[in-house]
Amino acid sequence: MTPLESASILPPELIRIAFTSLIVMGFVFFNSILLGYLERKLAGWFQRRPGPMEVGPQGLLQLIVDGVKLVGKQLIIPKEAAAPLFLLAPLLAFMPVGIAFIVVPFSTKLQVRDLDVGLIFIIAIMSFNVMAILIAGWGSNNKYSLFGAIRAVAQNIAYEIPMLLSLLAVVLMTNTLSMRGLVLAQGRLWNMIVQPVAFLIYFIAGLAETHRAPFDLPEAESELTAGFHTEFSGMAFSFFFLAEYTHMFFVASIAVVLFLGGWSGPPLPWIDYSGIVWFMLKVYTLLFIMIWIRWTYPRVRFDQLLNFCWQYLIPFALVNLMVTAVIVKL
Amino acid sequence: MESENNNRERHSFFLNMGPQHPSTHGVLRLLLEMDGEYVLEPEPVLGYSHRIQEKMGESRTWAGFMPNTGRLDYLSALIYNHGYVGLIERMAGIEPPPRAEYIRVITSELNRISSHLLWLGAFLLDLGAFTPILYTFDDREQILDILEHVTGARLTYCYFRVGGVCRDVDERFIDATRAFVSRLRSRFSIYEKLVTTNIIFIKRVKDIARFTPDMAMRYGATGPVLRGTGVCYDIRRNEPYSVYPEMEFDIPVGETGDCMDVYLVRVREMEQSLRIIEQALERLPDGPFRVKVPRRLKLPKGDVSFSVESARGELTYYLVSDGSDVPYRLKVRSPSFSNLSLLPELCRNMLLSDLVMALGTIDPVIPEIDR
Repeated sequence: MTPLESASILPPELIRIAFTSLIVMGFVFFNSILLGYLERKLAGWFQRRPGPMEVGPQGLLQLIVDGVKLVGKQLIIPKEAAAPLFLLAPLLAFMPVGIAFIVVPFSTKLQVRDLDVGLIFIIAIMSFNVMAILIAGWGSNNKYSLFGAIRAVAQNIAYEIPMLLSLLAVVLMTNTLSMRGLVLAQGRLWNMIVQPVAFLIYFIAGLAETHRAPFDLPEAESELTAGFHTEFSGMAFSFFFLAEYTHMFFVASIAVVLFLGGWSGPPLPWIDYSGIVWFMLKVYTLLFIMIWIRWTYPRVRFDQLLNFCWQYLIPFALVNLMVTAVIVKL
Repeated sequence: MESENNNRERHSFFLNMGPQHPSTHGVLRLLLEMDGEYVLEPEPVLGYSHRIQEKMGESRTWAGFMPNTGRLDYLSALIYNHGYVGLIERMAGIEPPPRAEYIRVITSELNRISSHLLWLGAFLLDLGAFTPILYTFDDREQILDILEHVTGARLTYCYFRVGGVCRDVDERFIDATRAFVSRLRSRFSIYEKLVTTNIIFIKRVKDIARFTPDMAMRYGATGPVLRGTGVCYDIRRNEPYSVYPEMEFDIPVGETGDCMDVYLVRVREMEQSLRIIEQALERLPDGPFRVKVPRRLKLPKGDVSFSVESARGELTYYLVSDGSDVPYRLKVRSPSFSNLSLLPELCRNMLLSDLVMALGTIDPVIPEIDR
């Protein structure tokens, strides 16, 4: 109990919730701005150009300016669109973003709630994204948006299977679904080394889940202009933007929790909370790799995407799961 | 597929792609009859950048039309210049000095490479790879700088003149071109590693959208699209013009005619163009770069045609003269129109993503189609 909380007339739990929500929202924005900046800057470097340079030193404030611009833009609802659905979609995309933060263990202390079913919880919440995209595509009443939405749904449903199977292999070993427990169970040897196949499958499925290149079919620019968010402007678009980048953060942080030892790492003498530093470092390393892949590879075709999932990822994940089960049993 | 076609009335819907769409390369409109992700019937709709170019050719002197040629196909303007001056020279019986011919070949081939480089980047952009276009533009920029130095323009050149070229080339141009040739050679290995051997790229383009020789000939397709099918037809070799007969170069041809072959043909063509440039620089003779031609040249009565190999295929100018200083009729046979015409047959019952890729392979330049 801090003095602030005990002195308040509000129940401390409420203050705690309000306070954490504020931090979470702040972090969502910060993360999106940072990732957006990184994406553009790294893309620039991969493409032998400087990237954003104009606003602020090294263009650091570019994304903030862009954000302010988006807030100021008019939200255009197409005449033929189903307005309630059209407006609901961005909110629905944004909603899970805040909730999923509950179980992310940033360090030993910094975690809102350690649920017993933390892993299932975060994946279930993340799946809401599909609903939002489907509603966005349907509500826009635009064929390109609908194409994007249908692709997104097919892709997400297909790739959730290998993703869960690969995570299950780890769960079989650690015997826990709590995010905190999963980190603690790893000890010195990270699961990435014990379960390399599961890690690889998870990472590929994660790329597909977040619609990152080479699996960026729902928003394939050269085919569908902008995919499911073709018709969205202003803040509605930025909700999708925020959701996408936060989604990436979750995918990376699940990978870190399950495969890369979470917050563990050699203690840093000059920082009290070295756990959070290590956690963030690992997450952003993974995100860097995701950005790297995006700016390197061409896009796969839709049937290839699904074939790859059903013919390779799912069988491999299943075999991996069975082998793990047998080894654990022995 | 048969049963699907029977149910077409019930299932299909129309998707309007373009004229403002990222991958229709300009103002092309495709009307697609779709069944889910499958394109049942693509129909190109043309005419969005029609600028009465041929009529303009008939309403001004032969010299006045010169700048227009560079605006037909803005990506290989010099080759279009070349065709037009070749036409007038053949009609008037003017023999340009050898130095001019060599300069024409060097600059035309540079232009061809710049066109192919842009295609390479844009094609990969169609496939969803964002980065290569920046690399190819980096190389293309060098060509533009070289050509800007000698022609004064970066895109819509009007450099050739009847009886020669507008300006002589200097040492700086020759050195810069030599440097560029060796630079681009070293870059090909990067493209090879990044693109040609990339598994996703191969999966996307191999065995898809097969151009057959028969189909290509029925539609009159020329250029890399035709050569990709294995037919060795290149105006530079089959109807030689300028100093191409003196040059040593190969005509790359494909085997199966899928998009991979057309891609490889274009990439190898760039290498051959480099060879031509090297030889031409080696043999570049001294002497005048232009012969005197009367300002208001009256062309004799009759008709004449002249073909050149543009970056996209066979470009033919056909001129009918009534003896005045204004052409009676100027017809341009542009390669992209014929090449694009095979799109509906090529892309029937194909995935939307493949259609975008096939369209990129054809490499149409819309202002040249619409004229």
